[in-house]
Amino acid sequence: MSQPSIVLNNSEQAVGARERDLISAVQRGQSELFYELVRPYERRVYAAALAILRNEHDAEDAAQEAMLKAFKNIRQFRAEARFSTWLIQITVNESLMRRRRERTVPMEAIDGHRSGRGDEESEYAPRDFADWREIPSEALERKEVRQRLAEALGTLDRKYREVFMLRDMEHLNIQETAEALGISVASVKTRLLRARLMLRDLLAAGWEQGWFSRLPFEKGTKPW
Amino acid sequence: MVNHEAVNCEQVWREISNYVDGDVDAPLRLAMDEHFKTCARCASVLAGTRNVVQLYGDERMLEVPAGFSRRLEKRLAKNAVVKGSGWSSWSAWLVPVAAVALLAVGLGVVNKISFKPPAKSILAAPGHDIPPDMLVVVSDGSKVFHVAGCPFIHDKATERTITAKEAMRDGYVPCSRCMRQYLRTGLTGPHDDDDASAEPEEGHEEEVSVVRVK
Repeated sequence: MSQPSIVLNNSEQAVGARERDLISAVQRGQSELFYELVRPYERRVYAAALAILRNEHDAEDAAQEAMLKAFKNIRQFRAEARFSTWLIQITVNESLMRRRRERTVPMEAIDGHRSGRGDEESEYAPRDFADWREIPSEALERKEVRQRLAEALGTLDRKYREVFMLRDMEHLNIQETAEALGISVASVKTRLLRARLMLRDLLAAGWEQGWFSRLPFEKGTKPW
Repeated sequence: MVNHEAVNCEQVWREISNYVDGDVDAPLRLAMDEHFKTCARCASVLAGTRNVVQLYGDERMLEVPAGFSRRLEKRLAKNAVVKGSGWSSWSAWLVPVAAVALLAVGLGVVNKISFKPPAKSILAAPGHDIPPDMLVVVSDGSKVFHVAGCPFIHDKATERTITAKEAMRDGYVPCSRCMRQYLRTGLTGPHDDDDASAEPEEGHEEEVSVVRVK
């Protein structure tokens, strides 16, 4: 059973070594290799920008600008941090700066159940769903499922969405998330808890509203 | 502080995110494990939270718009020639070089406007230091004035005498032969009587024709 793990580790090491080589080459002036360096992260960069800006066009522009800033500052990158984390932090900074500057991001509404829970200091009681079923990851092959999940994420208050996005989608750790957003570790933990529970409730409600009605496992055997 | 011996639902909800992340101490984990065995609601919350983390953590949730990669690569390629923030690449020098070139062209234009180069032919020279009351001879069919007796006077039948001041006022120019001493050009130099190379040997008619064109 340990063999796949070893293979994976070797693969990860090879990818890491390749990435380090690319970083060194770009830092020495081989700028044409920069796209190869950032290509594995372009989806994450775009998603980080979208989580903050909530507009596809703005997010794409911010993502591109962040990539350019990363390129221009590549010599300042030190190996103490992961390159992906560094890249995401630049993207978050760029997106936050744009949001402050343009003030074009609409304020999102929160439904009645959650609007009373906007205060992160208060307790959040997850809803009790008697008929909620797990959504298997295979369901993500379907675009409409991904769209529903994205919509659910989009309804979260900004401060919860950003933390959740960086922590659970960009896979930054708690400390990195706190640094990227300029908030405390305790705030990250509180917001992350709230975001996860709210999404759980939203997806559960999605069953009642028929979001996943055409999934083959709707009448399956995993009632919670 | 959470009582690790027995936790209630509210305490579980408060810690469930840390529990999923493996960020609770061993006694609390044990207490929560026990709670999940007996509380269907909290077990549902735990399963739902894990499902959320699993689903949203999937790479497939990170979609980019169609053409995103191509546009990104294009923009990077467009900007990739300027490396770093300093002046480290050849293209980064284009701006100051272009600025200097523009400045030079601008100065050249100003110079051209303010500085009139010397005439390269004495035919175009207006003459200088000609005594205004000096008597000179002009004739029809030519805009050149001469000293009396000059063999190159055109149409001597119509010659008449006027002052140099009047001749120049009427648009006549000095004869390059008989009034050479009053001409100065860039080729001959001031009062360079010895250097006749700029002049045609038999150039008087040519002089006249050029003057007429002017």
